[in-house]
Amino acid sequence: MTDQTNFVEIRHAQKSFGTLEVLKDISLSVERGQIVGIIGSSGSGKSTLLRAINDLDPLTGGEVWLDGVQVNQALSHRQYEKHINQMRQQVGMVFQHFNLFPHMTARENVTMAPKMLKGLSQAEADKLAEEQLDKVGMLERIDYYPSQLSGGQKQRVAIARALAMKPKLMLFDEATSALDPELVEEVNHVMRKLAEEHMTMIIVTHEMDFAASVCDRVLFMDQGVVVEEGPPSLLFTNPTQTRTREFLRKHLEGAK
Amino acid sequence: MGLDFSVIPKYIDIILLGCAWTIGITVAAAILSFAGGIVFAVIALYAPWLIRQPFRFFEWLFMGTPLLLQLFLIYFGLVQIGIDLPAFVAGIIGLGLHFAVYNSELIQTAILSVDKGQMEAARTLGLSRTEALRKVVVPQAVRAVIPPIGNNMIALLKDSALVSVIGVSELTLSAQRAIGATYRPFEFYLLAAACYYVINLAMEWVQRKIERRISISR
Ligand SMILES: Nc1ncnc2c1ncn2[C@@H]1O[C@H](COP(=O)(O)OP(=O)(O)OP(=O)(O)O)[C@@H](O)[C@H]1O
Ligand SMILES: [Mg+2]
Repeated sequence: MTDQTNFVEIRHAQKSFGTLEVLKDISLSVERGQIVGIIGSSGSGKSTLLRAINDLDPLTGGEVWLDGVQVNQALSHRQYEKHINQMRQQVGMVFQHFNLFPHMTARENVTMAPKMLKGLSQAEADKLAEEQLDKVGMLERIDYYPSQLSGGQKQRVAIARALAMKPKLMLFDEATSALDPELVEEVNHVMRKLAEEHMTMIIVTHEMDFAASVCDRVLFMDQGVVVEEGPPSLLFTNPTQTRTREFLRKHLEGAK
Repeated sequence: MGLDFSVIPKYIDIILLGCAWTIGITVAAAILSFAGGIVFAVIALYAPWLIRQPFRFFEWLFMGTPLLLQLFLIYFGLVQIGIDLPAFVAGIIGLGLHFAVYNSELIQTAILSVDKGQMEAARTLGLSRTEALRKVVVPQAVRAVIPPIGNNMIALLKDSALVSVIGVSELTLSAQRAIGATYRPFEFYLLAAACYYVINLAMEWVQRKIERRISISR
């Protein structure tokens, strides 16, 4: 590759599920340390795009690059498995429904992958778990099982689990959508802290206020295309596209 | 001649020895059926076609034929091809594999019903599919099937009486021996029944303990 690639670069991403075309030629680049928000109505392809970045939903066309390495390169099955596991270690992902491992304590959730994939000793793993859980304010619950935690606490442990792999990039897919309203802020708080540390993040969200306050750039997606993008100050207050205006208006009404 | 339980003390050691054999065989076969059930479930769901097909036949053999026949096959049949197992070992293997196939059915269903997000979360961290199955999916599936597997293990205890036919002096055969010497079938069969009942209670107690221990981690 001769041309310069951005830290995260998506080129002409195309994705179909059978005959349903979910992503239509999307290109996007993210600089190191940048925080990008993705908004859009249900079914517009936000999750699919996010999940294409670590190949959970492989693209049917186009390329994804991370830090100069192509994520979805054509390799033999065996080589690809090795490659993709390597890439995924560098990308943390946080899901709407937490997906914590219910048979493991917070500590074990955080340390399982680092122990397995990076060969950490138990002592190193314990130190890592304490560090990461402290960061999300969950240190005092280190030996609790997920069933003993609230939704907000679960999501904070899930963030710690992702951070424990020391990722270069964090992906958030509606991290607060499944939470009771009063638990949203504790998770947002953790995400703001990551923003202050200049973690590169791509955040799919339905919370416009949060997106406006942490994102450097916001993308509005509709029916598999990026309709409009820009800094939140412009996109939220002065959108140029009719579809964006429609969406934001509906969203404001819904929020009232 | 009415009931006369005064004959029992003289034969109590035979009966207790029989109990010990029944417990030993049941526990060993239960462990085998549990471990085997996990392995079989993973084979049935994820092994390549070439391994899965012969495995299907094996599964059919153990589900579709009488346990009695399977015990004969393992004890008397295998000798012909040079595998001469002690009777109790043949009994453990027969019971263990037979119930492993039933446990495998339960575990397969449980593996398939583990939330898809679990595999995804594990893969996202960089685990391979095999690693994710081993550390994340299978342990959850196994926890989910502890209660029905417990029922299978009670059935295993009862079916352990069948190994008497290949000459293992477990509880039922011991009772028969005592009866042969005393002609008191009612007393000794009742005693054997009481023994089974106690072992059964003990197994249910263990099962409840395990269930309580894992309930928090589900
Ligand atoms: N595995 C799949 N198989 C078939 N269709 C799928 C699959 N995953 C997603 N889709 C479809 O792709 C489209 C985009 O889905 P996606 O989950 O990316 O939307 P979204 O923008 O994240 O929506 P939401 O806000 O509801 O999460 C939808 O029409 C959805 O039904
Ligand atoms: Mg989504």
